[in-house]
Amino acid sequence: MPRAERVSALGVPTSEMPANGFNGHTDYGIGIGLRVPHYNHILTEKPVVDWFEIISENFMCDGGRPLRILDQILEQYRVVQHGVSMYFGNADPLDREHLKKLRRLIKRTNTPWLTDHLCWGSVDGSYSHDLLPMPYTFAAARITARKIREARDFLEIPIAVENVSSYAEFHVSEMTEWEFLSEVVELADCGILLDVNNIYVSSRNHDFDPFDYLDNVPHHRVAQLHIAGHTKYEKYVLDTHDHPVISPVWKLYAHAIQRCGPTATLLEWDARIPSFDEVHNEALKANQFRDRVAKEAALA
Amino acid sequence: MKRSKPISSATASRRKPRSRNGVAELRDLQQHFARAVMRPPDRNQRMQSRAADGRPMRRVASEFIKPNDRLTAFERLEIYNRSYWFRLLDCFHEDYRGLRTVLGDRKFERLTSAYLSKYPSHSFTLRNLGDRLVKFLEENPRWTRPRRDLVLQMARLEWAIVEAFDNEKKTAVTADELLDKDPRRLRLDLQPYITLLKLDYPLDEYMVTLKKRGALRSEASNTVELSLPAPRRRSIPLPKREQLFLAVHRHDESVYYKRLEPEAFRVLAALQRGATLGAACAQAARSAREAAAIASRLKEWFSSWSALGWFYRKEKS
Repeated sequence: MPRAERVSALGVPTSEMPANGFNGHTDYGIGIGLRVPHYNHILTEKPVVDWFEIISENFMCDGGRPLRILDQILEQYRVVQHGVSMYFGNADPLDREHLKKLRRLIKRTNTPWLTDHLCWGSVDGSYSHDLLPMPYTFAAARITARKIREARDFLEIPIAVENVSSYAEFHVSEMTEWEFLSEVVELADCGILLDVNNIYVSSRNHDFDPFDYLDNVPHHRVAQLHIAGHTKYEKYVLDTHDHPVISPVWKLYAHAIQRCGPTATLLEWDARIPSFDEVHNEALKANQFRDRVAKEAALA
Repeated sequence: MKRSKPISSATASRRKPRSRNGVAELRDLQQHFARAVMRPPDRNQRMQSRAADGRPMRRVASEFIKPNDRLTAFERLEIYNRSYWFRLLDCFHEDYRGLRTVLGDRKFERLTSAYLSKYPSHSFTLRNLGDRLVKFLEENPRWTRPRRDLVLQMARLEWAIVEAFDNEKKTAVTADELLDKDPRRLRLDLQPYITLLKLDYPLDEYMVTLKKRGALRSEASNTVELSLPAPRRRSIPLPKREQLFLAVHRHDESVYYKRLEPEAFRVLAALQRGATLGAACAQAARSAREAAAIASRLKEWFSSWSALGWFYRKEKS
């Protein structure tokens, strides 16, 4: 019997959305970030994990232990590449040497899709190694989208861009962050890596409703979701990836998958990293929300 | 918070742009932002109150950043300024533990700040953050006084460790492949991950001691750090002078130090400079006695080096 289809705000059947052209038509479940403190556990215990996300830059080297570890992981697991330095929002052009290294790594991992951030990070050849906020202007959207297209054409792989946490806004901005994200991905015809923790962090720092954000991005373009923990300070919230996911972020996650369908989901935990099991169990909490959405879709 | 009615993502596209700023305007804004973010913090680890051109940073920040009801434009920019410096200092702390121990925490942090101000990162990866540190130290002797040789050699050794960790490994020449080759024509080169160092201190032993108390090199991620590792007291005495010849290399994906006899070091150094095997042996021998020593040890050396996969054949001979 055909499954009843739930329709998203954009009129796209949610049952069709998780596997889409922006994530290589895959249907990945819950993954976690591959991190050094867990290497030994993963390689010796071989725990069941649906997929790992790797930071591309950690493996864009020419040899040595990083690549040996990666090859051992690839023998057992599915891997998706996540970058931190493509800087699509730079005024500078894309770095061809960087793209060539990335292409070599893509051939090695067979990642079905590739993600990086909607941000800038270097200017005139000087690198900040940070994910710096964009001015939300139409011109910046066009420049950014052009480079996403250029990278995709060179790398020949679907690309999804991630919304970043931010702590500053520019006078020159002409639209909201979610309008900017939407503008960029429509112009670039690319996917979105929707980070619900980043939406929460930025909503607290810039006083907007995070549900407005979730409701107003093109859901059919969401290739992947991120969840993570953060740190609250007196006057702002910082994206630190060093805590479990808090309840308000889980609520946003639940809303996101209602909108987007049970999309591939990744827990980021990058500092004060606990045991592998603790990280994995935290990630697997996402299943209860995914199962609920699947049941609702089946009953609808 | 009140939730608004969902709108199409195409809404923004249909609006008329308020300005037509292109790449030049985007670059201008990014240059302003980067200049502020990359300006070293003050003594209290806060963003400096004045920009490089002497203008108040509060005014500079407010020209392009909006305040909110909790943070001024200056304070919002300062989050990025502090994050930038803490991230880079943290990376340097891990990659240059030896140098940090030799210099002491305070001087090491001042050096890092001066170095990164002169040579900001020019690579997508933090791995290359120190690739011009030796050059900087040679250009600025004030940072190496009063132990110039020790400081410079430690910086060279720690960069050699970075290179040994993940540089390329080319297809190695085996010992069998070297048999029956004419040494007057045979050119070999050392693997890209090998660095030869002539040292005046036993820094290999010093680094092993440090490593026993150290931590793994961290990875790139997109998280924000707003604190530095706690300073440590220099509990390991500085090494005493002792000349040695060292190869920093990699075996089975781990970094090792291999001490070399002086003649062996000179043979390898000559090969690395592009000499044929015959010429390398001739250049390495400074006397007839050394030539005899080299001749008698050559087979043993090459057997060991080949087993370690140290050589690859140059494409053009």
